[in-house]
Amino acid sequence: MSVTSVQTPRRAGRDAGPRPPVALVVVCAALAIVLLVPLGYVVSVVADVGWATLEPLIFRPRVGELLVNTVLLVVLGVPLTVLLGVGGAWLVERTTLPARRFWAVVLVAPLAIPAFVSSYGWASVVPSIHGLSGGLLVSVLAYYPLVYLPAMAAIRGLDPALEESARSLGSSSWAVFGRVVLPQLRLAVLGGGLIVALHLLAEYGAFAFIRFDTFTTAIVVQYQSTFAGPAAGALGVVLSALCLTLLIAEAGARGRARYARIGSGAPRAAVPQRLGAFTPLVLLALAALGVAAVAVPLASVVRWLGRGGGGGAWSQPELPAALTQTVLLAGGGAVAAVLVALPLAWLTARHPGPLARLLEGTSYVAASLPAIIVALALVTVTLRVLPGLYQTAFTVVLAYVMIFLPRALVPLRSGIAQAPVALEETARSLGYTPLVARLRVTLPLLVPSLAAGAALVGLGAANELTATLLLAPTGTRTLATQFWSQASAIDYPAAAPYALLLILLSVPAVALMFAQSRRWGVR
Amino acid sequence: MTTLSLAGVAKSFGRVEVLRDVSLTVPAGTRTAVVGASGSGKSTLLRLIAGFERADEGSITLGSTTLAGPGRFVAAHRRGIGYVAQDGALFPHLTVEQNVRFGLPRRHRDPARVREVMELASLDPALAGRYPHQLSGGQQQRVALARALAPRPAVVLLDEPFSALDTGLRDQTRQAVIDALEASDVTTVLVTHDHDEALSFGRQIAVIAAGRLVQSGPPSAVFDNPVSTEIAAFLGAAIVLPASTSGADGVECALGRVPVRHDRTGGGPAARLLLRPAQLGLSPANGTHNAVVEDVRPRGSHAELLLRTAGAAPVLIPLRVPAHEGPSYHAGMTVSVTVTGGGVLYPAD
Repeated sequence: MSVTSVQTPRRAGRDAGPRPPVALVVVCAALAIVLLVPLGYVVSVVADVGWATLEPLIFRPRVGELLVNTVLLVVLGVPLTVLLGVGGAWLVERTTLPARRFWAVVLVAPLAIPAFVSSYGWASVVPSIHGLSGGLLVSVLAYYPLVYLPAMAAIRGLDPALEESARSLGSSSWAVFGRVVLPQLRLAVLGGGLIVALHLLAEYGAFAFIRFDTFTTAIVVQYQSTFAGPAAGALGVVLSALCLTLLIAEAGARGRARYARIGSGAPRAAVPQRLGAFTPLVLLALAALGVAAVAVPLASVVRWLGRGGGGGAWSQPELPAALTQTVLLAGGGAVAAVLVALPLAWLTARHPGPLARLLEGTSYVAASLPAIIVALALVTVTLRVLPGLYQTAFTVVLAYVMIFLPRALVPLRSGIAQAPVALEETARSLGYTPLVARLRVTLPLLVPSLAAGAALVGLGAANELTATLLLAPTGTRTLATQFWSQASAIDYPAAAPYALLLILLSVPAVALMFAQSRRWGVR
Repeated sequence: MTTLSLAGVAKSFGRVEVLRDVSLTVPAGTRTAVVGASGSGKSTLLRLIAGFERADEGSITLGSTTLAGPGRFVAAHRRGIGYVAQDGALFPHLTVEQNVRFGLPRRHRDPARVREVMELASLDPALAGRYPHQLSGGQQQRVALARALAPRPAVVLLDEPFSALDTGLRDQTRQAVIDALEASDVTTVLVTHDHDEALSFGRQIAVIAAGRLVQSGPPSAVFDNPVSTEIAAFLGAAIVLPASTSGADGVECALGRVPVRHDRTGGGPAARLLLRPAQLGLSPANGTHNAVVEDVRPRGSHAELLLRTAGAAPVLIPLRVPAHEGPSYHAGMTVSVTVTGGGVLYPAD
């Protein structure tokens, strides 16, 4: 018996993306080489000083003590931030919590307060605060929003149909959260956790305030006493190894499962989980968190402003210059980071492949190293190779680019990927050269991504302390360095105006991050 | 009005050969539909004509101008070829009017031309100030066509422009687009995987399979006399029956003796006969029968019958009857199938 049949033609198609222009690859490769300077510095320390010199500097009780402090900080701090971040996001997005929008803002608000300002606030209220417990308190309160924001975006993007299916299969609310919701938050939690861990390793000001020693605080002390000597280099090698280990571990833990929504059409809104009798308890816990993370630092700033004699604190002659120089340096860093990110983002979004991944990866490696390592690397390179650039605004801006580049790269890459190539092709078919087509069609579509990237870099740069302290030209005063200078001299009233200005400068960028996370979640 | 010609065009991406030795002429002012399955290379062909990709071999000429060939490549923006992408690719930051006048040279940005092409594409002038996201899918496609037509291109390329639209809107938009193209007298190439769309689009159809242009010609001729049974099935429902030659006036098959309309055996032994369902007539067996009903499946507007032919080598034939006739048939019932007109004869595989 035979039947009629249709032979389907053999499939043929494109399996490789368009080849990138040589000029673009050359530019990106040159940028990657510059971005790898800090890593190269770490390697050169090992090579120059030699293992024989480094070994006793690394394997000594002091390093062991720092290692224990730093590892405990990460091991205890990251789960706590995940608990607060994911828990907060779930309460705000998926429960009947009263005034959810208010709490959504309260939970993200600590991002507008630099960690060292938060530490200053707590040290003012509880002068005895110190050590690991103090370090954990201050850093967890300052950094949990870095998990909260991606967790919130991920929860908003979850398809409620999955949870409903799990419930229909007999799972309790807690089982649904544990077996369906949490696994889908894996990428957000891992990404947020990694950023928190890198921040914990790199933080200087917050821990120095409460006398908690980590590798970064020890490196700064070493640098101040012996300049870029082998002891600072040895600590830098261990710290860099810790950061790179975290980066690799996070990449390995991501796995290969797919977490994006698979179904087509718009997902329905989730039915919020009833908190019932737990509502007062949850409200109390959130209020306590808000007080600890936001009210305490803000109240301290206001209190010290009052003690400073009202107008007296604001009449410091350095204040206008510090504000101007912060805006100029942070603005310069933001513009430079966006300009550097543009070719890298273009390469990865339009010409994906192993080469693009490799070149893009350099920016993450550089940014994963603490600011103190970046600063030591630039101090060494400028002194040895380019003395004309030592302690110049250019070097400070370069450091900001190295430290904060991923903040510009991620939104820009996403923006370019969302600007369809077909638009440029259509413009070309209407008589425009490729360059003009990009300027007239793609660039206007990238404005929100450019603005977001610049704002995020600007926020980081305005609050940056360690690299600025080491690299800024003599006489340069930023809000962060001036705050640090006054606060470390225990002149808290004089530090207060700088702290307030840092917070006010951060508010627009944090608001933008918050709005973007909510928008990404519903895409 | 300009003739578009492709000669020996080939294109590979890495090791994947996407197009091979494609030659096609699109006469000036006519519409040609290139039809093929997904991954057959039809969109790549369009991109080569537009200048978005470079051909590895062969040449593309427009009138007397070589657009692509050995040592020559005219960039996309200098070709004067309009392009309408699958989803319209309207610039989201520009209004309808700004989109339509985008391709007009600055000194020729005559509002009258914008109005003219919008009217040509059956677009309400009130839409001029709207943004693309404020338009329906069909309106977006008509704006895309108006934008492509505005600079008076020599050729317009349409890359599956109706595939994203739902059925009712698709027919309506397709007709509006055909009317606009007709009125502007522009040489047009449409690529599609929809055989109905391809067969109804214009003067010529070109069938592409696995990167090769396997047949081209007037739609009725290609449908009537496809080069292979595979192409026949791709272009519409096809019934292929084993056949043997027995005399000059026809062939023997499971449905009896059937005249031959086109002979593609090249003088060799006949092996397969192509018939279209519309050629078959069905009636309950009246003494003699040549098929048995295997299954009856109601399908709303019609019923689908599966027939098994009688004889030593039975063949399964799917056939449609109007819905109201469906209940007249049941599994196991003997029926008589008659054939109107002739079939196309093919050699063995």
